[in-house]
Amino acid sequence: MNLRRLGTSLIAPAIGIFISIAVTAVILKFIGASVTTVFSSMWTYGTSPHAMSLTLNLATTYFLSALAVAVGFKMNLFNIGVNGQYVLGALAAAVVGSNLHMVGFIAIPISILAAMIVGAAWAGIAAWLKVSRGVSEVISTIMLNFIAIGIISYIIVRTGIGTETSLNVRGTKLIPESGMLHGTAFLDPGTKVYGFFFVSIFIAIGYWFLLNRTRFGFDLRATGKSATAARTSGVESKRMAIVTMLLSGAIAGLVGLPYLLGETGSYNLNFPTDWGFTGIAIALLGRNNPLGIALGALLWAFLDISSGQLILEGVPREITTIMQGLIVIVVVMSYEIVRRNQVKSEQKNVAKALAKQEVAA
Amino acid sequence: MVESAPAVELKGIWKRFPGVIANSDININVASGTVHAIVGENGAGKSTLMKILYGMQKADEGTITINGTELVFNSPADAIEAGIGMVHQHFMLADNFTVLENIVLGSEPKSGARLDFEKARKQISDIAAENGLLVNPDVLVSELGVGDRQRIEILKVLYRGAKILILDEPTAVLVPHEVDELFNTLRDLKREGLTVIFISHKLDEVLSIADEITVIRQGTTVGSVNPHTESVSARDLAEMMVGNELPTPLAVGDTIRDEVILEVKDLTVLAAGGKAIVDGVSFEIRAGEILGIAGVEGNGQAEILDALMGIESSTGVVTFKNEDVSHKSTRHRRELGIGFIPEDRQRQALMLEAPLWENRMLGHQTMAPNSKGFLLNPRGAKADTKRIVEEYDVRTPSIDVLASALSGGNQQKLIVGREMSGDPKLLIAAHPTRGVDVGAQAAIWDHIRNARQAGLAVLLVSADLDELIGLSDTIKVLLRGKFVADADPATVTPQELGTAMTGAGKAA
Repeated sequence: MNLRRLGTSLIAPAIGIFISIAVTAVILKFIGASVTTVFSSMWTYGTSPHAMSLTLNLATTYFLSALAVAVGFKMNLFNIGVNGQYVLGALAAAVVGSNLHMVGFIAIPISILAAMIVGAAWAGIAAWLKVSRGVSEVISTIMLNFIAIGIISYIIVRTGIGTETSLNVRGTKLIPESGMLHGTAFLDPGTKVYGFFFVSIFIAIGYWFLLNRTRFGFDLRATGKSATAARTSGVESKRMAIVTMLLSGAIAGLVGLPYLLGETGSYNLNFPTDWGFTGIAIALLGRNNPLGIALGALLWAFLDISSGQLILEGVPREITTIMQGLIVIVVVMSYEIVRRNQVKSEQKNVAKALAKQEVAA
Repeated sequence: MVESAPAVELKGIWKRFPGVIANSDININVASGTVHAIVGENGAGKSTLMKILYGMQKADEGTITINGTELVFNSPADAIEAGIGMVHQHFMLADNFTVLENIVLGSEPKSGARLDFEKARKQISDIAAENGLLVNPDVLVSELGVGDRQRIEILKVLYRGAKILILDEPTAVLVPHEVDELFNTLRDLKREGLTVIFISHKLDEVLSIADEITVIRQGTTVGSVNPHTESVSARDLAEMMVGNELPTPLAVGDTIRDEVILEVKDLTVLAAGGKAIVDGVSFEIRAGEILGIAGVEGNGQAEILDALMGIESSTGVVTFKNEDVSHKSTRHRRELGIGFIPEDRQRQALMLEAPLWENRMLGHQTMAPNSKGFLLNPRGAKADTKRIVEEYDVRTPSIDVLASALSGGNQQKLIVGREMSGDPKLLIAAHPTRGVDVGAQAAIWDHIRNARQAGLAVLLVSADLDELIGLSDTIKVLLRGKFVADADPATVTPQELGTAMTGAGKAA
């Protein structure tokens, strides 16, 4: 039965990918590009060791972002504010890390902790507004995104924290080499896979364990499955909303770190600020399941990286954005269809099995 | 009576659901211009039948004939087209709309692109006058009471041209004088030539209003009687409803001990508007005692139970085994040994899209065998789920199926088994055998009685008065949030209890 469930949960993404490839092919045809050349050059480049390393790095970022969203989704809490939480978290880690001159195994955890605390605190504002004033977390987290970006600009432009870095852009001081997690180049000798890639694997295991093997995880999932039943079972919904939001914010705080600790070493005004929205899409794709999210993040990153090749073919790279959008829409729709069928077929199977028992008895 | 085709003729209706046959070979003739009652126990298949007649569900077999024409209903729209209107048990009104707006909602009178409220107002006041349904069309529904809301629901279906009205348990939410008013309305409707199908399990009411009564038992029609021409008592009907066995849960011996398990003083629950739904209720339950609360649904019983579990905020003092738990969390109360079978099992007691063994943990997630410290113990929960499935005869092929795959009765058995696990000291139970078949009902009664023998205290709320009388050691009657009478289960009859519940008289 569990094998069957696994099978059915793979159907939806397969349909999504198939349909999005088909539609993309039609669009390519329409704009006069050669469908096979485009896809084959994307594939050839995307599977090269260099591109695969880049894919793993980007996927690590997406994975953390999606995980932060997923933990809220599990109990129907919508943290749309991963963007704000991670930029502030990354800034905190950059400031703390650049001022720590210690060995890595002490400095790095402290930077990570700083990012998590700041991310959680920022999400905590939305949580507090929700339980004390009934403000929808969707609205408050979106608004907090803008505020976070504003605060960061102010800090970097107007305070002593920001300095002129190389490339003529203001940012924080560089984190010393000992505080970085550059990673290793195990696929392509010229490209390192971020150290955070490996950290993320542990985070994934921790997430799975927390949700499926602890009482807290049970309370969280129960709240998502039926808020009223959870309440009756003794789950305190307000407390649960706060804790989950803090947890989501803490994970969100990590989103900027693979890039910060693996690449830039400084938070500057060019730091990307929209990975949080990608996380929402990938959490939907991966059905809030860590393995599903990992696969979704890899797919998304693969499309992003290999689309760099499209310019050479004279095709706008936005074509992959269309592909990504299509995959999400189709997959979300097919999940719902598959889920309904599953519930129905299970009811039928139970009835059938019982009828057999009765005949046997 | 005029010789004409029956208003409604149902022939050979079958409806099967996973694991349960809801309707089997139902045959009913409803004569035009009469009030026809359909009675049966909870779970006998009345609601399913009415959903079929109203086009909300399709029968697997059988025919529906309206005024001599055989019809197929694919949706309620088809049924409305055929002149059938349904007044649901739970009202479907928009609180922030006026009566007039609610009535026209969904079939607004238009002249061009404009809403023609004047025409609608005229039409509605005509209908209302003809049928004696007095309501002010311009007040907000939020300001109206239950009886008025029901009249609006009736007006709504009349406005849509219904000639055949289905009323699903219309008296469940009404107080006695509102019931009288409703019955007057029904007589007016009948005089206007309308046909009323009246679903109920309250036999006294049925006998006073119906021209014909059809009894449904375990999904099938077992007979029809005409109370005008045949002499038939509520007892006769009850026997038809439950069959020959009439399983009465006889109380065995005196098991009440001295130790007071639950003591409640001045328990008060306020509604959103500040009105007391539960109004200063006090009682105590001893070990080995079953205290039954009788009352028409909506008189505060659900709120008492929720307050005792700490789900609903309340004032007053609740003492459990000499510990003041008034301000303790739901989880704390459960950990002390209070089992809870809530009224609405699907919303409050189950995660429908989770396997049975995860549902076993619900409400007991902090206790053995479901968890150790902060970690869950799936193996322990699974093993114990198997035990419950065995002991409580939950019909399921496996404990890995989703709770939604079980029939309602089997879901209930799982819940009862769960709440009786872990040696509770107090069981708070609402309708513990609702929707459960007769055999399983007896088994659940046995489980509760055995536990009482071992010292379990039980607070029982049930709409099934035979169950209440048969199981309880003491019965208190709840009306508008207050205890208004005590009854001795050894001597009281369901009829007397039913009268006391409506505030009309004192029980023995």
